[in-house]
Amino acid sequence: MKRLYAIVLAVLLSAFVLPAHASLKIFATVPEWGALAQEIGGEQVKVYTATNGLQDPHRIDAKPSLIAQARSAQLVVATGAELEIGWLPVVIRESGNARIQPGQPGFFEAARYVTMLDIPAVLDRAHGDVHAGGNPHIQTDPRNLLKVGEALSARMAEIDPANAAAYQSGYKVFADKLRSAIARWEKEAAPLRGVPILVQHRAFPYLQNWLGLKEIGSLEPKPGVEASSAYLAEILAQQAVQPAKMVIRPAYQYDTPSLWISERAKIPAVTLPFTIGGTPEAKDLFSLYEDTIRRLLKGWQG
Amino acid sequence: MRTPRILTLSAFALALSLALPAQAANDADLAQIREQLKQMKENYEQRIAALENRLAQAESTASKAETVADKAEASASQAQAAAQQASQRPASANSFNPELSLILVGNYTNLSQDPNQRRLQGFMPSNGELLPAERSFNLGESELTFSGNINHLFRGTLILAIAPDNTLGVEEANFQTLGLGNGFNLKAGRFFSSVGYLNDIHAHAWDFSNAPLPYQAFFGGQLGMDGVQARWLAPGDTYFEVGVEAARALSFPAADETRNKNGLMSGAVFAHVGGDLDVSNSWRAGLSYFYAEPNGRDYDDPLNDTTYSFSGSSKTWIADFVWKWAPNGDASRQNLKLQGEYFNQSEDGTLVYDVHGTALGTQSGSFNNRQSGFYAQAVYQFMPHWRIGYRYDQLYSGNPSFGHDPLTSEFPSLKDFNPKRNTLMVDWTPDEFSRFRLQYAQDKTRPEATDNQFWVQYIMSLGAHGAHKY
Repeated sequence: MKRLYAIVLAVLLSAFVLPAHASLKIFATVPEWGALAQEIGGEQVKVYTATNGLQDPHRIDAKPSLIAQARSAQLVVATGAELEIGWLPVVIRESGNARIQPGQPGFFEAARYVTMLDIPAVLDRAHGDVHAGGNPHIQTDPRNLLKVGEALSARMAEIDPANAAAYQSGYKVFADKLRSAIARWEKEAAPLRGVPILVQHRAFPYLQNWLGLKEIGSLEPKPGVEASSAYLAEILAQQAVQPAKMVIRPAYQYDTPSLWISERAKIPAVTLPFTIGGTPEAKDLFSLYEDTIRRLLKGWQG
Repeated sequence: MRTPRILTLSAFALALSLALPAQAANDADLAQIREQLKQMKENYEQRIAALENRLAQAESTASKAETVADKAEASASQAQAAAQQASQRPASANSFNPELSLILVGNYTNLSQDPNQRRLQGFMPSNGELLPAERSFNLGESELTFSGNINHLFRGTLILAIAPDNTLGVEEANFQTLGLGNGFNLKAGRFFSSVGYLNDIHAHAWDFSNAPLPYQAFFGGQLGMDGVQARWLAPGDTYFEVGVEAARALSFPAADETRNKNGLMSGAVFAHVGGDLDVSNSWRAGLSYFYAEPNGRDYDDPLNDTTYSFSGSSKTWIADFVWKWAPNGDASRQNLKLQGEYFNQSEDGTLVYDVHGTALGTQSGSFNNRQSGFYAQAVYQFMPHWRIGYRYDQLYSGNPSFGHDPLTSEFPSLKDFNPKRNTLMVDWTPDEFSRFRLQYAQDKTRPEATDNQFWVQYIMSLGAHGAHKY
């Protein structure tokens, strides 16, 4: 028993004695926040992204590797608004890391800094997998990145004051670049304004709000609830009265429902990257929106 | 404003100097010209001053407008922030109430053998439920969970189980630390021990409707504890966790519930290691040890109406392994979970036995035995919402040693036998809040009969969206 104590003590001591890493360690739940933190922090940060662009962010396992990464993180950057509720609370609790607990500076929720859409008036699970705080897929509008980035750079500066100036200037460079890109994208996407679309999952209210796309139906009768064939037939019937130009889906979702509609309604099924890595072209925050608009324009042209 | 004025004047002067011939003129002319020039100059100066004045006015109006615009913007953003805050603000003090969730379980079973005759041959009855307990329609345990952060330091959890016979039980009632830091986690109160893999997972989250045989044989279903647990997660990219528990154990093989002593009763140590092989494959493995000193652990032998009582030491080793596969890490369409655990329990002490209605009276003798068992299972989600699973369980009863006076005939239920079971299940999970399961088990846990068990089960979950363990 004494020897066991000695071993445990030795391991503990080594943990304290080991030199602290120079860079700020960030645990990002989804690729967009990982990329944003990297844009702001540059060389000063070491970013770990818990998921990739082809994973359903609602349904992630609290894997041992995630808990191990959260253990040493100085900052967790999550979407919030209950997107990660099925796994992140467990990862954070199991990590034994005091810095990243909710309420600490090391816990950052992006959804707090943007205007949320689709906040349900009534909370009832009979309405499907609704999120009480509003639709959490805020990254589909790049203007939200400006707000989140500003708050995130301030938070990074708070946690790592030595590099505060670098984070501020990192954000400024990124924001300037993004602002001019947004102006360019808005011009490119101008023809999409008012275009009626169908969505496979209500994943794009922010994108629709940004580009003025008009959602006239969802292939899920209720969020997270799969369509029955009767419901899809209904959507198809509606197409005769109120035709949509295309049906869009996030890349992580399987394509069966949108292909079904696409084939019968003779409208293009458009796969949008949704986040970095969702499509091969969406490599960073800029190509993410470029690819999104390119695909939408292609769908619109038919 | 100075610069434009000078510029204007000098331009004017230049224009004049160019316009006027530089020849000599008479004095009167000169004076007249001078006078004219003076007048013009004054005139222009006046007009310039007036212009300047107007410009300054315009400028100040503009800056005022700008200030107003700024103010409007600020108030708009304030309003927006206020609106957002308002939408996020809790409606009342109720919002501080704990998260509440409710699990409803029920089933219909069809058993080919009488459930009252069921036992694990070769094993001391652990008094755990040998599910399914009854035939036909049965209500399962309804589980009511309250949990929430107590403050920035602690989180509290209470899980009540309402049994179908209308009794209320406390499954868990504990607090755990939130911000101990450096990988440490402390928990105290009533909890399920973190030994093995399945032990601290609640029954509603199991992949089969009942516990694997080793859990039934060696822990009476699930090992609960009243005590403390400390865990430490090592730094580094590989998951490595060690933990220790000191407690009054609430189930077999301990008999701590009635124990009357200070200090340590039962204890456990465990270590878990895990990681990712690649983006699609992840795993976790563990090694656990549980030690108890049952004192007067009574059981009735169903076969010969005898009461036995064991006192001594009980040591249990568990090795566990879980492997999960999901294409590209996305489990929503397809995934596979392989899971297995091996148990090894050795007991050493004395056995007191009392055969009613015989002349023997109360007898006692030394007793020791080493028993083991394992289960291995695979659960495959072949399409969204549908899973199929197979589990194999086997136990090895070993040969008990009764010291100097072997009385094997007096211990019919301990006669060596290796119970086996094959289980198949298919379940449908429309969403994470509801599940329906059909399970078939071929149960060979006693030599005289094979029990074919069918059951249909529902598991409903209401309220707070709890996060699940790996």
